[in-house]
Amino acid sequence: MRTVYFILRKEFKQIFRNKALLPLIFVAPIIQLLILPLAADYEVKNINLAVVDHDKSSYTQKLISKITSSGYFRLSGYFNSYDEAFHQIEKDEADLILELPSNFEKKLIRENHEQVFIAVNAINGTKAGLGGSYLVQVLADFNSQIRLDWIQPPRFREQAQIEITSSNWFNPLMNFRYFMVPGILAILVTMIGSYMTALNIVKEKEIGTIEQINVTPIRKHHFILGKLIPFWVLGMFVFSIGLFGVSFLIYGIVPQGNLFLLYGFLAIYLVAVLGFGLLISTYCDTQQQAMSVAFFFVMIFMLMSGLFTSVDSMPMWAKVISQLSPVTYFIEVMRMIVLKGSDFNDIKFHFVIIGGFAILLMSWAILNYRKTT
Amino acid sequence: MHRSKIVSLNYSSKMSGEIVIQANQLTKQFGDFIAANSITFEVYKGEIFGFLGANGAGKTTAMRMLCGLSSPSSGQATVAGFDVRTQPEEIKKNIGYMSQKFSLYEDLTVAENIQFFGGIYGLSNKHLKAKSEELINQLGLQSAKGQLVGSLPLGWKQKLSFSIAILHQPKVVFLDEPTGGVDPVTRRQFWDLIYQAAESGITVFVTTHYMDEAEYCNRISIMVDGRIEALDSPSGLKKRFNVSSMDEVFYQLARKAKRSDN
Repeated sequence: MRTVYFILRKEFKQIFRNKALLPLIFVAPIIQLLILPLAADYEVKNINLAVVDHDKSSYTQKLISKITSSGYFRLSGYFNSYDEAFHQIEKDEADLILELPSNFEKKLIRENHEQVFIAVNAINGTKAGLGGSYLVQVLADFNSQIRLDWIQPPRFREQAQIEITSSNWFNPLMNFRYFMVPGILAILVTMIGSYMTALNIVKEKEIGTIEQINVTPIRKHHFILGKLIPFWVLGMFVFSIGLFGVSFLIYGIVPQGNLFLLYGFLAIYLVAVLGFGLLISTYCDTQQQAMSVAFFFVMIFMLMSGLFTSVDSMPMWAKVISQLSPVTYFIEVMRMIVLKGSDFNDIKFHFVIIGGFAILLMSWAILNYRKTT
Repeated sequence: MHRSKIVSLNYSSKMSGEIVIQANQLTKQFGDFIAANSITFEVYKGEIFGFLGANGAGKTTAMRMLCGLSSPSSGQATVAGFDVRTQPEEIKKNIGYMSQKFSLYEDLTVAENIQFFGGIYGLSNKHLKAKSEELINQLGLQSAKGQLVGSLPLGWKQKLSFSIAILHQPKVVFLDEPTGGVDPVTRRQFWDLIYQAAESGITVFVTTHYMDEAEYCNRISIMVDGRIEALDSPSGLKKRFNVSSMDEVFYQLARKAKRSDN
């Protein structure tokens, strides 16, 4: 154990002496946590709408003003023909075209039935999909208003009308930051843990000091403990800054669940992440290689772990990849504990899996670390 | 001149000693390339053994096998009585090693490097403190104690490296081109340190490209293309090749070499 103490002392000295790395460890995550959630907002606003109004009646005017007053749409202009409006889409100045046929008003009143045409610019999938469905909602609403105005309600309703009201649990205002900040924090801790560990060890390989270590009688597990403990501590520290300093103070996110439970999970999760970093370092000889490999995996972790998109809606093969990433479980646990206040019973399955990851990655790394080649 | 006198004195008094390194047909192969080809030799306790050869001759490979850093493809070797194949960690307790590449921590101070490596070798706090003071005084590094090692001139770095390699009083110290790129005065001082170590009973196994340094060794081996082509005392070799300097001995052997670094 005395050996571990000597390594720890050396590592901490080196970390705190590295004037380029230190701000990267402590300041970069805070800045990222401040910037990223602003961009990762799913609510679509400022959808540009091109209107082709062949009817030019009071009804179409009403409809259009109803659409623009919803706050989601911005009128990019009125056009005389569909082709003209489509030109707007080609120039990327419109996202949606709403085409209202002539005799819209007449037909709607007389025949109680009319069709409108919506064309969606699907280049930006999210904006197009959500914009289209917003527009359909506004139209439906408009439709039922007209029906109320014109149709004498029968004594008994001809059609069963189901009115839907929904409430958003655990995030009543559907504030996307509540959802994104814990997830992004999980990714940041993962990146710091894996990059720092991998680079630290590979750097020793690169400058040759690892050879001087390998020629000493140092025990393998002592060396690894001495190398990993500092980054485990740093990971805990950075996570705390993110959770209390940014998430709580700036975004006002109050963790609903038990903090000990959260930290307990993080403690095990960090072992898995550091094991992953160590594993990379055993396969790489230069920092460049290590960085590229780590980046490759972190990229997959980021996009496949349900940070931005729901894992449930992925195809089967993607779900499998997602489930093979430890980050998936941490993001889930973060959101469950922080937003929902889940207790141990809810996440015991996650504990088992992440424990498995920790054991697997760490043993693989330790087995693959060789003092003698 | 006075140096060769010391050498011969040491040599005769320690020749009778036990074998510290024994290599028997030691071979290391990387794919088709045989870096060290069936090398056989012995090194005695207290000896300064020069391990010569052109670039790429296989010196470092052989040395790494003896240090337990690389395991041999075939053949046997024992160092300090332990088998390189089965007991590399036991060997590591009994040797010091100074690699070709400077490998102390440049971002730690002189004192911190001494403490770290001393600590790793399991020196007690008391012992560590005494040793590091002794070492700093011996090298005249009092004023540089708190300086980062990276800021020291190369000569000092090399001397410090060597002193740290023998901090734990190993039975053998392996030095891989310890004086490469160092000025002549510092080289002299470095060899003084080597002599002091040999005096205290540490066997020195050293590679070098400087033929004047080869003359300081008790015995030398010369490797050519992975094989040991000659092994004797400097005077014995000169006699055998009928030349007046080690330079010529080396030249005669090494020009047969077919491979080089690249």
